[in-house]
Amino acid sequence: MTELAIKAQGLTRLFGDLTAVDAIDLQIERGRIFGFLGPNGSGKTTAIRMLCGLLTPSAGEVTVLGHPIPRQAELLRREIGYMTQKFSLFTDLSTLENLRFMASIYGLPRSRRKGRIEAVLAQFSLQELRDRRLDAMSGGQRQRVALAVATLHEPTLLFLDEPTSAVDPENRRDFWEKLFDLSAAGTTILVSTHYMDEAERCHQLAILERGRIRRDDTPQALMSALEGRVVEVSGESLRPLREILVTQPEIISAAQQGNRLRVLMTPEVEDPLQCLDRLAGPGRALERTLARPNLEDVFMAATAKGGPA
Amino acid sequence: MKSLVRILAVTQKEFLQLSRDRISFGMVVMIPLVQLLLFGYAINTEVRHVPIGIVDLSNSAAARVITEQVRVTQVVDIIDHYDTPQEAEQAVIAGAVRAVLLFPRDLPRRIASGDTVGQWLVDGSDTTISQALLSLRSMPLQLSAGAPAGAYQRGNPSFEVSLFFNPERRSAVNIVPGLTAIVLTMTMILFTALALVRERELGNMELLITTPIHPLELMVGKLVPYILVGLVQVAIILGLGHVIFRVPFAGGLAALAVSTLAFIAASLTLGLIISTVARSQLQAMQLTIFILLPSILLSGFMFPYEAMPLAAQWIAEAFPATHYIRLVRAVVLRGAETHLLGGELLWLGGFTVLGLGLATARFRKTLD
Repeated sequence: MTELAIKAQGLTRLFGDLTAVDAIDLQIERGRIFGFLGPNGSGKTTAIRMLCGLLTPSAGEVTVLGHPIPRQAELLRREIGYMTQKFSLFTDLSTLENLRFMASIYGLPRSRRKGRIEAVLAQFSLQELRDRRLDAMSGGQRQRVALAVATLHEPTLLFLDEPTSAVDPENRRDFWEKLFDLSAAGTTILVSTHYMDEAERCHQLAILERGRIRRDDTPQALMSALEGRVVEVSGESLRPLREILVTQPEIISAAQQGNRLRVLMTPEVEDPLQCLDRLAGPGRALERTLARPNLEDVFMAATAKGGPA
Repeated sequence: MKSLVRILAVTQKEFLQLSRDRISFGMVVMIPLVQLLLFGYAINTEVRHVPIGIVDLSNSAAARVITEQVRVTQVVDIIDHYDTPQEAEQAVIAGAVRAVLLFPRDLPRRIASGDTVGQWLVDGSDTTISQALLSLRSMPLQLSAGAPAGAYQRGNPSFEVSLFFNPERRSAVNIVPGLTAIVLTMTMILFTALALVRERELGNMELLITTPIHPLELMVGKLVPYILVGLVQVAIILGLGHVIFRVPFAGGLAALAVSTLAFIAASLTLGLIISTVARSQLQAMQLTIFILLPSILLSGFMFPYEAMPLAAQWIAEAFPATHYIRLVRAVVLRGAETHLLGGELLWLGGFTVLGLGLATARFRKTLD
């Protein structure tokens, strides 16, 4: 037994000319919720598929739950749960029918099958939906069923590929409460997302962009690393100001949020407020304050202007 | 004008999509090509080289002379000789030969008295075949050396003809059992191919392959329901065929069940193989048609197998439907028992085992 649930070194996958995943290293401790944050096409799904043995890596070493992958992928399958990005349960079957089917496929002993099904129905508040067909359910309800199915055989490692992309914020919050329950019970969870609020809930976060991991730390550490580099500006004519700012080498990003402009500066800038005044030029009535960095800033800092800043 | 632009835009887009769907694109060329060859070769109502056997009870030189004259008509191929009429009858039931020419013990006396010189025992289930053999009934015979052909004029026909299994020469008798093969080919292949391809399209497959399930378990599990579907279809066709079209049912249910199960298994396997090739349900459908057409045209369902050129016969042998049509006609029309059908059954069984192996090997539990 290793302490690490997932250990990957130089994990790479090529599709023809395209390098979907480019030499990523991962060390994920058992019992944690580890997040992949990245835009579409950043390699999140490809990385997850390689980690659960669905895709053969073009290069790199992977050990998942002590199994070298892809060699022992078949052994790993009993210990993992996988929620695909595209909803993959049988929509013309009911909750109970899907659960029964998957329980048999995973080879749960007959004596345990009923108990486990009742347990997940209760755990994910699905009793009311037990006989409803999945094609008559909302996105949030379906995701609960999918999570119930993924955890039915009590996997020690869960792969969730953008599990909440079709779910409203409230249901998303409930969904995450369930994830924390599972995590507290010892399950390691690898979740990919492009939602900042979701990423912030992870114990640890890897920011992916164009197949590379740009940052890998706790969300808090990632955010505090940007302390003193984010300025919020309010005042007149923010659109023209933004046009000026985004062309400047000192500025990583400038994004408007309502009537404020959120400006992220490079680490080389010593006094952000002064720098901003200089770049904006004279004659503008601007109110500007240092702001607490958020994950979006982290994401922009990690990915903008051609790679690690 | 704008309308034209839009039409062109849609046309261009269709061309683009078609050129990227390689299987569909291939079908554009393959379907007319294969159809042309199939129809060109298969449709041949002028039957030649019907396999027959000879029973010569007279053991006379005259019998050999007559046999030779029958042979040179090219309507028949003499492929075997039998010692007794019983043996010959078994061969007809098993489908080894379509007819037997029987020379009676008193052949020399019959020639002398101008009587019929022999008897044709014909498998009448295929009306095209029986028609061809009936045409031999009054063929002129040259029975004394030196005399010109046809000089020996007789009041009677040369042969007696007994049509077995379908004396009224109704085509339904032959068509209905054969139809089971066509319907099964169509539904069994299509159902399995679509069932698997659909799961891949819908994403179910990605979930299933992350589970501990073995590909063979998945495939066998998928096939079982369709076996039942196939049996129901056969029951409907033969049941209604018996009631409505008075198609006789001469054979045993056990022989029919064994043959049908063997054919269903082979067809389902074919569907599985297609499902490992096809990327979409449309492609699965096209590939099914690609199998279905030759199964209809070459299997002996529409046109007699014997009337096809040798190359077409070889191709026909590759399709399970050809073998099942022989089986089902043998059982239903001629009452053949299982022990007479070993060869065809073995072929279907071998096809299934090989196909299942191929499909399982091609089915990967990865998304590579």
